Amino acid sequence: MTDQELIWRIAGGSGDGIDSTSRNFAKALMRSGLDVFTHRHYPSRIRGGHTYVEVRAASEEVRSRGDGYNVLLALGDSFARNPQEDAYYGKEELKPLTENFDDLREGGVIIYDEGLIDEEQAEEVGLHEKAEENGWYVYPVNLRAIAKEHGREVMRNNAGIGVMSTLLDFDTSYYEEIIGEVFNEEIAEANRTVIRDGAGTAEEFDEHPDLQMPTAEEHDEEQALVSGSDAIAYGSLDAGCRFISGYPMTPWTDVFTIMSQNLPKFGGISEQVEDEIAAASLALGASHAGVKAMSGSSGGGFALMSEPLGLAEMTETPVVLVEAMRAGPSTGMPTKPEQADLEHVLYTSQGDSTRVVLAPGNHEECYEQIRTAFEIAYDYQIPTVLIYDQKLQGELRNINVSFFDREPDGDPGSVLTEDEIEEAAHHNSGKFQRFNYDRDKEVSPRTVPGQKGGRYLATGNEHNESGHISEDPTNRVLQMDSRLGKFEYIREELDEKGNQTHYGPDEAQYGIMTWGSHQDTVFEAVDRLNEAGHSVKALGVSDMMPYPAEEVTAFLESVEECLVVEMNATGQFRGLTQKELGRFGPKLSSLLKYNGNPFEPAEIVEGFETSINGEELGDTTMKYVPAAGD
Amino acid sequence: MSAFTAIGEDREIDQNEFTPGIEPQATWCPGCGDFSVLKALKQAMPEVGRTPDEVLLCTGIGCSGKLNSYFESYGFHTIHGRSLPVARAAKLANPGVEVIAAGGDGDGYGIGGNHFMHTARENHDMTYIVFNNEIFGLTKGQTSPTSPKGHKSKTQPSGSAKDPIRPLSLALASGASYVARTAAVNPNQAADILAEAIEHDGFAHVDFLTQCPTWNKDARQYVPYVDVQQSDDFEFDVTDRQEAGEMMYEVESKLYEGEVLTGRFYKNDRPSYGEEKRATGEMPEEPLAERYFDEDAQWERAADELIEKHT
Repeated sequence: MTDQELIWRIAGGSGDGIDSTSRNFAKALMRSGLDVFTHRHYPSRIRGGHTYVEVRAASEEVRSRGDGYNVLLALGDSFARNPQEDAYYGKEELKPLTENFDDLREGGVIIYDEGLIDEEQAEEVGLHEKAEENGWYVYPVNLRAIAKEHGREVMRNNAGIGVMSTLLDFDTSYYEEIIGEVFNEEIAEANRTVIRDGAGTAEEFDEHPDLQMPTAEEHDEEQALVSGSDAIAYGSLDAGCRFISGYPMTPWTDVFTIMSQNLPKFGGISEQVEDEIAAASLALGASHAGVKAMSGSSGGGFALMSEPLGLAEMTETPVVLVEAMRAGPSTGMPTKPEQADLEHVLYTSQGDSTRVVLAPGNHEECYEQIRTAFEIAYDYQIPTVLIYDQKLQGELRNINVSFFDREPDGDPGSVLTEDEIEEAAHHNSGKFQRFNYDRDKEVSPRTVPGQKGGRYLATGNEHNESGHISEDPTNRVLQMDSRLGKFEYIREELDEKGNQTHYGPDEAQYGIMTWGSHQDTVFEAVDRLNEAGHSVKALGVSDMMPYPAEEVTAFLESVEECLVVEMNATGQFRGLTQKELGRFGPKLSSLLKYNGNPFEPAEIVEGFETSINGEELGDTTMKYVPAAGD
Repeated sequence: MSAFTAIGEDREIDQNEFTPGIEPQATWCPGCGDFSVLKALKQAMPEVGRTPDEVLLCTGIGCSGKLNSYFESYGFHTIHGRSLPVARAAKLANPGVEVIAAGGDGDGYGIGGNHFMHTARENHDMTYIVFNNEIFGLTKGQTSPTSPKGHKSKTQPSGSAKDPIRPLSLALASGASYVARTAAVNPNQAADILAEAIEHDGFAHVDFLTQCPTWNKDARQYVPYVDVQQSDDFEFDVTDRQEAGEMMYEVESKLYEGEVLTGRFYKNDRPSYGEEKRATGEMPEEPLAERYFDEDAQWERAADELIEKHT
C-alpha cells in the first residue's frame, strides 16, 4: 500500500456509462505513468441497479484491489425504480451514495450529482453527519445540468471528471486525448466542453481536500490495459485456437465475445449454438477433425458440459474448456465473484476424472496458462479446463506491451501426417490402431478424418486398440491405465512451467496459500504483514489437477502454520490439498469469504492475525475455520 | 497439396470396403430393421463416390449407435442425443469430409431434439439418418417420442397419453432442406434416398422406419409400403413448402392408421450453412483443418492485431 494512492469509485445505475468512463479514466492514468487496477461491482440488470467501478492508481506497482477507497463520484441512478414504502429495494436513486458510505476512508472525497440526488434526501440519509464524523469533503454539483447544457445527459460523468480535475488538481489532458480517440469529433468536443464547465463550476468551492492525485513519470515501456478475459482470449489465439463454440452466460460471455469478434480476422470460426451441451460437443467435433478448438461457460452452463467433457476423456479428444465462476449454487449471484466451482470442475461427469485443471492467479498467468492448456490438451489428448472467476474476468490492469511479444503455435499436437500413418500400426483389416497399447508417455498419436489410411472409431464406450467397443477386462485395465498414466508426464511438464507462484521470504515462519484470482491480493497482504514484523510467505497454486503435491508439501513442511485463503464457504481448495497430501490437517486453517465481494488486502491481514493469535474474527463478512484438532 | 488425400480420391469403389474386418457381422436381433440401414448405406457409398477414409459417421446411443461398429469409415460414436453437434462442427472444420450422422427416434427426436431443430435450422451440408422404430429398444422396450398414443410399456403401464412427435413436419419447420422417409423393407428405395440425401448440399433428414422385432412385436413391419412418388394417389410438388407440409402431415397421421407412406417430401436448394457463413466472412475459404498440416502456414499474433487498442 502507499499513502499516495487514489482509489476512485464511480457509482451509478447500470446504463449510466460507469463502465466506459472508468475504462477511459483508468487508461488515462496508465498513460500518465501510473499503475492501475480496477474492480467492478454490478447487478444482473440491464438498466439501473447500483453499480460501481473502482480504479486504484499509484506510482508504485498496483496489483490488487485496495482497502476501501478515497474518492467517490456518485452519479445517481437514472434508471432507479420509484420508491415505495414497503419495497425492499428502498430508494435506488440514492444508492450510489448510501451503498458506498461504508468503504470510504477518512478524509475521503464525495462528488455527487445534485441533478439526480436531491440535497435534502442526501441529508436524510445522513450524508453530512457521516461526513463530519469521518472528515469527508462533500461537493454537490449539478452534473446533469452541465451535461444537458452542452450535450446529452449521459455526459454527466465527464462533468464529474471536470469537477475532480479542479478539486484534486488532476490533469485531464490524457483523459481528453482518449475521449478524442473513442468519439467522433463533434461528440468529443461536446464532452471536452462538459469537462471544462465541470472544472469551472468546481472553482466556486473554497475548501479543497488534502488528497491529491498521485503523479508519476511515464512508464519505462509502453503499457496495455487488459482484463483477464482479454488475456485468456489472446492466449488462446496465440496458441493457435481457431474454433470456439459457446452459449452466452455471465461472466464467461466476455471471452466468447472477444474470440467471436476476432476469430474471423484470424481465419477462424466462432459458433453461437443452442445450448452448452452443443457448445462443448461442437468443440469436440472440430478438434476430432483436426482443429484446435475451445468452448467454455460458467457454473450452470458448465454443468451441461459434463457429459461431453467425459466423452473427451474417454475418446482422448483434445479440447480446452474455460469455466468462469460466479457465486452459486444454481443461478446464484450472476455478476458476483466466487471460487466455489472447483470441486464441480474437478469431478463433474461420470467415471474417474481424467482432465487437467489450471487456475491462473492474475492476468499474465491467464495468458500463459491458457497457452499451456492448449499445449497439454493437444500433446496429451486430454481435456484441459482453465478455471477463473468473475473477478479476474473483469479486472483491468496495466501490463507491459512487450509481454505479448510471443510466437504463435499452430502445432496440432500428437497427430500423424499421412506419411507417418503408413508406417503406424494398423489392425490386419486396415483399421488404424488409434488407441495402441504401446505408447510413448501414454500418448497414442491420432489421425483425423480425410487422412488416407487413418480411419478408426472414437467411442464413449470402453474400446480396444482400433476403437471398437470392448469389455474385455485386460483391455479395460490397459486403456484406463494409459489414460490415467498421462498425469505422471503432465505433472513433469507443468513443473517445468512453474505455474505455482512463491512470494515472501523463504525462511518465513508462517504460510498463506491461495489459488486463482486472489493471489496478488494475498501477496500485497504478505508485504504488509512482513513490514509489520510478522514472518510470512505465500504460495499461489494454479495446478488443480494434477496437483503439485511435492511443491506444496515442501511449502507446508517449511512453515509452522498455513492459512488457506479462498472465496467460497466450504474451503474447497483446502479440502483438495488435504485429500491430495493426506496430511497437514492440523496445520491448515481457512479464511473464507462468500458475500459476493472480493477480499481486500487488509482483510487478509486481519484474518492472518486472527489465525496466529487463536482469536475469533471480529465484525466481518469473512469466515475463519481453524485447523483440524485446534 | 492437401494433407487429406482421401478426400476427392477418384477410383473404383466397392461397397464391401465399408464392411469392417474387425466386426464384419452386426449383433442386432434377427429381423431387425437396422440391418437394412447398414446395407442401404453401404450400397449408397459407391454411388456417391466416397471412400471409407473420407467419411465421418457420427452416431448417438442405442441400437442405432452400433452402426459405427459395423460400417467401416472414420467414426465418432458420441453420447446420447449429441451426434449432431459433434458432426456439424467436424463439417465446419473440414468441409471436404463427407459427414453423416445417425441415431434413433429417442436419440434424435427426444433427448437430442434441440440439436435436431437447430442443426436443421442452420442447414449444415450433411445427412441425418434417424432409425425410427417407435420404441426404446436397447433399454428394453420403453415408450419413445414416436410411439403411438396409447402405447403401453413398462414405463407407461396405462398407455401413453401423448400424441407422437411429427418428425417430418418438425424437420420442415426447423429448416431442413431435404426431408424423406424410407423403410427397412424397401432396400432399393432406401439406398436411392440415402444417396440423394448425401449428395444434397444442405441438411438432409431421412426418417428411416426400422421395425424392432423384439420390443415392438405388436407394431407393423412397415408393409405394405407405398412410395408416394410411384403412386398415382398422391400428387404434390416436393419443392413447394406448403404442399410438402400438407403431405407430411398426412403421412405422419397415416402411419398410425396402418398405412406406410414413404418417399421424398421436401427438397429446397437454399445455401448450406457453410456457404452462408463464408459469405459473411466468418468462415475461411480454405478448409480450416488444412492449415494445421501446412508447414508454411502463417499464424496471426495477438500482439500484432489486437494490443494497440489497449495502449
